Amino acid sequence: MRRLINRRPDVAARFGLMILPFVIVIIAYMVASDARLSVNPNDKLLPGWSTISDAIERMAFQPDQRTGDYLLWSDTLSSLTRLGIGVGIATLIGGIFGILQGLIPYFRASFNAFTSVLSMIPPLAVLPILFIIFGLGELAKVMLVMIGIVPFLIRDLALRTAEIPHEEIIKAQTLGASTWQIIIRIVVPQMLPRLIDGVRLSLGAAWLFLIAAEAIASDSGLGYRIFLMRRYLAMDVILPYVAWITFLAFALDLALRLFQRVAFRWMYRGN
Amino acid sequence: MTSFKLSSLKIFAAAVVAMTLAFTAISPAHAEAKKDFKVAWSIYVGWMPWGYAMDNGIVKKWADKYDINIEVVQFNDYIEAINQYTAGAYDGVMATNMDALAIPSAGGVDSTILLICDYSDGNDVIILKGKEDLADIKGQKVNLVELSVSHYVLARALEKIGMSEKDVTVVNTSDADMIAAWSTPDVTAMTTWNPMAAEILAQDDAYNVFDSSELPGEIQDSLVVNTQTLKDNPAFAKAMTGIWYETMALMSADDEAATAAKTAMGEASGTDLAGYEMQLAATEMFYKPEDYIAFTEGNLSELTTFVTSFLFDHGLLGQDATSPGYIGIELADGTVVGDESNVLLRYTTEYAKMAADGEL
Repeated sequence: MRRLINRRPDVAARFGLMILPFVIVIIAYMVASDARLSVNPNDKLLPGWSTISDAIERMAFQPDQRTGDYLLWSDTLSSLTRLGIGVGIATLIGGIFGILQGLIPYFRASFNAFTSVLSMIPPLAVLPILFIIFGLGELAKVMLVMIGIVPFLIRDLALRTAEIPHEEIIKAQTLGASTWQIIIRIVVPQMLPRLIDGVRLSLGAAWLFLIAAEAIASDSGLGYRIFLMRRYLAMDVILPYVAWITFLAFALDLALRLFQRVAFRWMYRGN
Repeated sequence: MTSFKLSSLKIFAAAVVAMTLAFTAISPAHAEAKKDFKVAWSIYVGWMPWGYAMDNGIVKKWADKYDINIEVVQFNDYIEAINQYTAGAYDGVMATNMDALAIPSAGGVDSTILLICDYSDGNDVIILKGKEDLADIKGQKVNLVELSVSHYVLARALEKIGMSEKDVTVVNTSDADMIAAWSTPDVTAMTTWNPMAAEILAQDDAYNVFDSSELPGEIQDSLVVNTQTLKDNPAFAKAMTGIWYETMALMSADDEAATAAKTAMGEASGTDLAGYEMQLAATEMFYKPEDYIAFTEGNLSELTTFVTSFLFDHGLLGQDATSPGYIGIELADGTVVGDESNVLLRYTTEYAKMAADGEL
């Protein structure tokens, strides 16, 4: 049937269409940048490619005059460390509480309402409280990332746990499994790949909280640099940093997906 | 059935045109004689009169006199206001001389300080927790808004006692969170400005170890306008100058109208008359055009070099800068401090003189 919904692009067209929006944005940027630079060659808002590549060269491949660090890499290292610890702890807590909340009725009765309410509190709105509890150091940043994503992970995993067919749980019990054995042998193996899905979905939020935390009080990090450079509109540095953060987030997502494929191959069997 | 076939080239071309239109909407305004002007300001003790003038018809009165339209727009974020001005969306902005040099001038936007509203005379403070001597700052972490006037005050203070920034660790902290930050145990040293500084100093263990009254005239809170716009539209400059000195005369008088104006300004900045008076005490306002002219024609070249060397040391004059004088600054008498072929910041007393002579 000749309908738009039935028409599929071939491989070449699909690739072309995929590239198209990127090309349009880049061309539009170049046109607008040229227009501004022709009026004012020092314009900072939409710098040209050579200015941007100079900035990349300076930030990534030359030691900073004041500290001797390669700024892009030292910023990346401190940001990824904070993000890694925060997301790691959140995953652990989310995994444990999510499974218990999804499986154990007494646990659910105690914590379900609590985590639901907790997940509705915007963490950025209670920042001053977090500062007073955790100080202004590394701990506060890690905690903000963690607090930002933990409620989502718990709720997501509790729902997934509750979705396990009840027959499986009954079957295990008729075979004599205790609660502990059911958790370890039936629930955890099925829930680990779901937890990874949850982490993948919450990575965007984790980056948001990380950059917010770094913007507020910090002396290193990708978010710190962007907010510092913003003070004098150094878009030649900010734009590559934004692209780099996007790339890192994309790479992390890809890595988690590959890990999931390798570690939980059974999930992909059959399709 | 009609075909959906559209040449992909056409779609592509259309998309590029659409995106380009969207992007060119943020192209800089080409300067020429025009009627509508926009000026950005943000909350600060010395700039509150602008908000008052806008709300109470003084702006409209002067704009009407010169047959133009002026909109004085309040920004919640000081830096965003300067960035908007630098990008060309505004014709003028309230900024310190230091930020005017580091953002619009370093960004190639030739700017003129049309008038200086005031200079900080104690509004920027270095605060230590439990210590009373500036030298005790050695080895501490100092929370401040990095690359701001606070950073400048810290650098100048350390210089005065023979130390340098290497003796401390600077931690960039958002100004909105200074008061909350002070109450955490790991914050022991801070540089910030009023009203936050006053709030923090009210606590028992907070000591003012250095403030901007020891740097008289170095931190000038100014009205910065685009030089080209100024050249093409003297009426705009005349109106702005008229607005400012009328509001100054109103608030510096010793009568009920002055009290009412200052109360309104205090409330607009989140405090009351007493709080605003206290901030004014730490601010040297230029109430009369004569005060401004005398200051600007004084030792400005020396004060300017302090600022340019700080900016140069922190890489804020642009990556091409080879010396603190990379950007030339033209003083009111026409002499240039720094590179004469790259003048991007100018002082002028031309319009203040008209105000002094009653010619506006």
